[in-house]
Amino acid sequence: MVLSPADKTNIKSTWDKIGGHAGDYGGEALDRTFQSFPTTKTYFPHFDLSPGSAQVKAHGKKVADALTTAVAHLDDLPGALSALSDLHAYKLRVDPVNFKLLSHCLLVTLACHHPNEFTPAVHASLDKFFTAVSTVLTSKYR
Amino acid sequence: MVHLTAEEKSLVSSMWGKVNVDEVGGEALGRLLIVYPWTQRFFDSFGNLSTPDAVMSNAKVKAHGKKVLNSFSDGLKNLDNLKGTFAKLSELHCDKLHVDPENFKLLGNVLVCVLARHFGREFTPLAQAAYQKVVAGVANALAHKYH
Repeated sequence: MVLSPADKTNIKSTWDKIGGHAGDYGGEALDRTFQSFPTTKTYFPHFDLSPGSAQVKAHGKKVADALTTAVAHLDDLPGALSALSDLHAYKLRVDPVNFKLLSHCLLVTLACHHPNEFTPAVHASLDKFFTAVSTVLTSKYR
Repeated sequence: MVHLTAEEKSLVSSMWGKVNVDEVGGEALGRLLIVYPWTQRFFDSFGNLSTPDAVMSNAKVKAHGKKVLNSFSDGLKNLDNLKGTFAKLSELHCDKLHVDPENFKLLGNVLVCVLARHFGREFTPLAQAAYQKVVAGVANALAHKYH
């Protein structure tokens, strides 16, 4: 699965539209993940996961910042995300199924806030993007 | 069996009341075929599916999407007996249509994205969680008679 030039354009223009809201959307996506897929909470026993949690917001911003980095390096995701890939493989060891759940909730968050931009073609590009990022983050698992 | 709280049931039915089932069906099926193009394998007879515009304006996609979502709507009226409600359709999808049940999960999630797009902020995390339970329940019910 490869990101086409059109995909890259769609991803970058979506990220431009998101602007300074990326952090908020990251937090919201995490919130949605925890509420829709309660098994994901098992990775955060040390967090307060109640609505409006400052820890969730902060973590959402971390996730969003990593995605922003990825958007700036669409031609070399493995390089740009290498450290995060190590972290997920050797320390966090989040089961790969969970990346799909968070990716889905990121799509839902974007659909809610940017309904007009979330065209079928953009939806497809973003899904590919999140899948590509997830693949890199799980690439060193074994 | 899906276990929705009273609040979740209320959220699901009040939102569904505002959905244009025919249109949303076409949009959801169209997006499925675009975002996960391998799902087109079941629709060789549908004609031109070569671009997003072609898919979204395809009359057969719209008609089939409408059919699928009206069926889903029936499920929403029978949340306590999804397996019974979808038993015959489950047999059909296994024995005649040969559809991998994974596709039901894909369509369910695309439907959630479409609802999010239509409802915006009103599609709160709580509303999404309720609908995720419903689409998972329907997907399981449709897979239940597979052998």
